[in-house]
Amino acid sequence: MEGSLQAHMALNRFGLGASKAGAASIKDVKAALKAEMVVPDLLTHLPSSPQLLDALYAYQAARKDNRSAPEASRDMSMTDMAPKAAGASNMAPVKPKKAAKSAPEGPENPRRQIFIDEVAARYDGTLRAPIIGFNERLVVFWANHFAVAANRSLPVGVLAGAYEREAIRPRIFGNFADLLVAAESHPAMLIYLDNQQSIGPNSRANRKGARGLNENLAREILELHTLGVNGGYAQSDVTSFAKVITGWGVDRKSGQFGFNANQHEPGPQTVMGKTYDQPGQAQGTAVLRDLAGHPATAKHIAYKLARHFVADTPPPSLVSKLEKSFAESGGNLTAVYAALIDAPESWAPQPTKIRSPQEHMIAMLRASDTNMRPAAIVASLKAMGQPLWEPPGPNGFADTADVWASPEGLSTRLEVANSLSINVAERLDARELSQSLFGAALSESTRTAIARAESRTQGLAILFMSPEFMRR
Amino acid sequence: MSIHRRHLLGLMGSSAAFGAFGTAHAAGGRDPRFVTIILRGALDGLSAVPPVGDPDFERVRGDLATIKADAVSLNDLFALNPAMPQFARLYKAGQGAVVHAVASPYRERSHFDGQDVLESGHEKTGYTRSGWMNRLLTVMPKGRAIPIKGLGVGATTPLVMRGEAEVLGWAPSSLAPVDPDLPLRLMALYEQSDPLLLKVLTEGIETGKIAANMTQTNARGGSADPAVMVQMAQGAANLMAQAEGPRMAALAFDGWDTHTQELPRLARLLGGLDQAIAAFETTLGPVWQDTTILVVTEFGRTVNINGTKGTDHGTGTVAFLAGGAVKGGRVIGNWPGLKDAQLYEGRDLMPTTDLRAVIKGIAADQFGVSGAALSSTVFPGSEPIAPMKGLTA
Repeated sequence: MEGSLQAHMALNRFGLGASKAGAASIKDVKAALKAEMVVPDLLTHLPSSPQLLDALYAYQAARKDNRSAPEASRDMSMTDMAPKAAGASNMAPVKPKKAAKSAPEGPENPRRQIFIDEVAARYDGTLRAPIIGFNERLVVFWANHFAVAANRSLPVGVLAGAYEREAIRPRIFGNFADLLVAAESHPAMLIYLDNQQSIGPNSRANRKGARGLNENLAREILELHTLGVNGGYAQSDVTSFAKVITGWGVDRKSGQFGFNANQHEPGPQTVMGKTYDQPGQAQGTAVLRDLAGHPATAKHIAYKLARHFVADTPPPSLVSKLEKSFAESGGNLTAVYAALIDAPESWAPQPTKIRSPQEHMIAMLRASDTNMRPAAIVASLKAMGQPLWEPPGPNGFADTADVWASPEGLSTRLEVANSLSINVAERLDARELSQSLFGAALSESTRTAIARAESRTQGLAILFMSPEFMRR
Repeated sequence: MSIHRRHLLGLMGSSAAFGAFGTAHAAGGRDPRFVTIILRGALDGLSAVPPVGDPDFERVRGDLATIKADAVSLNDLFALNPAMPQFARLYKAGQGAVVHAVASPYRERSHFDGQDVLESGHEKTGYTRSGWMNRLLTVMPKGRAIPIKGLGVGATTPLVMRGEAEVLGWAPSSLAPVDPDLPLRLMALYEQSDPLLLKVLTEGIETGKIAANMTQTNARGGSADPAVMVQMAQGAANLMAQAEGPRMAALAFDGWDTHTQELPRLARLLGGLDQAIAAFETTLGPVWQDTTILVVTEFGRTVNINGTKGTDHGTGTVAFLAGGAVKGGRVIGNWPGLKDAQLYEGRDLMPTTDLRAVIKGIAADQFGVSGAALSSTVFPGSEPIAPMKGLTA
């Protein structure tokens, strides 16, 4: 069934691509998008960060036992994955008999299983269920804006999915300040950007003067998460802000955020011209809330949202509309999304964005109504250049065509599209599917190329690699 | 003889053995194997088995007529594409035959629909739930000691073998690579509508990151890669050679849609097909004597050459028969001629043989399937199409 041109645009530009329900089920396009402005599935059946850290600590403790056991047979490849700064590991061999019995009896590394569960919950669930999937697109956008890299260390790897579920999902329709505070105070972020180890120079923990500040998180909050690289902050602001958030870390016992007063730099700090003299944790929260309300943040977020949904170089008029909405609503994200949907600039008929590999993958699975094994999804995303939650750095994955439209990327997309086509060719006709996916937006050239394909499989592969499907 | 002995030994453990013995060999006293190879994309029968003795051949084929120089003579009228020396050998040994000017009942020119009709065994499009080979499994005469099982080769079972009868599946692990024809088609598409993707794809092909050369003999491809064709044939033959293995198999080879550069592309593809047939012969061993391989395609191609040294979608084409059971050494069919007035719709080789007659003949001769079952279940509505008897011994 065909839908209106606008319905197709909503599905592709603002959503995850058409699924079986198709564009025909969307009548009032803007109303349908706004109806999806509700908190997405929080995936509460998956383990929480404390549970995951418990499992990780148990695994690490067991490995430590193994390592200290005199006759333990060690798996060298696993040794690389073991925590490095584990303390005095050569002392007191514990239960050498049990430890010598090698890995299979101890707790397993939780990383693999949780990744499989996280992928299944999304690729068989949250990414497939919605008609449009606007809220899930926003989840991906914000998780990438506040990126953590699962390949950075074992704890971040174990927590990456829980971070998205706990910090991002519940808050994408609330106030930006709340989202910001939740992201920066989540164990995954605090571990990823080293704040766990940052010690105030004049704190009690540094009485011997041997340790000190780590500016990593403070800098990235200013540069990437709030003001933006040209947002008007100086090195002194970075240093002061880093001092403000000393003590923000992970409580080993609870597995949750913990404020360690011993690590916290005492006294007032000045950030962006304002002095903060709140005690303890409140000092950091106050700075974050002010950063959230800074005009540079409104501009930065407006630009990134417009670039993500509409064009690599978004129309300045659209960016100003979003910026104005952000500022006037005090960072109310739902208001900003509404401004995005209402702006005529968002509905230019010619799609210019190239789908990221992840978006391409999701769109193919939705269009073909296919479930893939989680391990195969992980492997495919990696091959296509966008391994799940493993961006190259804290700036997240790129959001522009010049990065994704590369010969290597196209080559692996071809392979993934081809494999998927082989698997679904028995039950799908590319001619019908292309019509239901794109309706009036299907170009004559793509229609002809599909009709002339020499097999069902090839027809589907052409559809999945067509400009209509590659762009949104 | 050794086959029958092994067959008999296989029955010894079964209490029903002796009761079943008499009917197990009802169809000519042997244990036949039947393989169908589908060539997806429409094989040009006039380049595969060129009618070099037809007075109009050189006139209508233009540059494609150069094949005449190297083609291997089959009889006064026909020659064989030089890329098929193994089939030429089988033909001379009486184990290879060609049916020319043949077609399924499909008369339009869409690959998808053409393949659906070819494989489903229905006269019209829109039947994609089961194929004629699968339904053939369901109408085998009862009482065989070893039930006749089917085998689908490839990442997905070809439609011809899908359906209610349970079939085995087997695929060589190297089937996943992208058919090198696909990037060329995308290139043509991007040329029309997407300069950025065109630039990136062109760069990928030029730097060798994306394989897109149909004539390159070592190109890694899917089932359009000659090496993969041979692997598929060997895998199928290994299973079929076993005493209790499948007796029927379906394979599909891609890549035959030669709109451009037809002769070099066919040289590679027909070479792969030729090697695949030889791989069946070698791997099946003594079972080859009871084997019939049928090679078919969804339709033929235009009689005239097009502007890019290729041909466009047409109608009549060839089918190949190979195997020890084939009464070979002949080109079967009524030659319609190549004069303008003799062509189908003024452009295609006129089909004079219905492919269903060929298949019905093999099914009747080799497996003893009744004409009624063939006309109702296997090829519904095909009563007027009489089985072509005597294709196989």
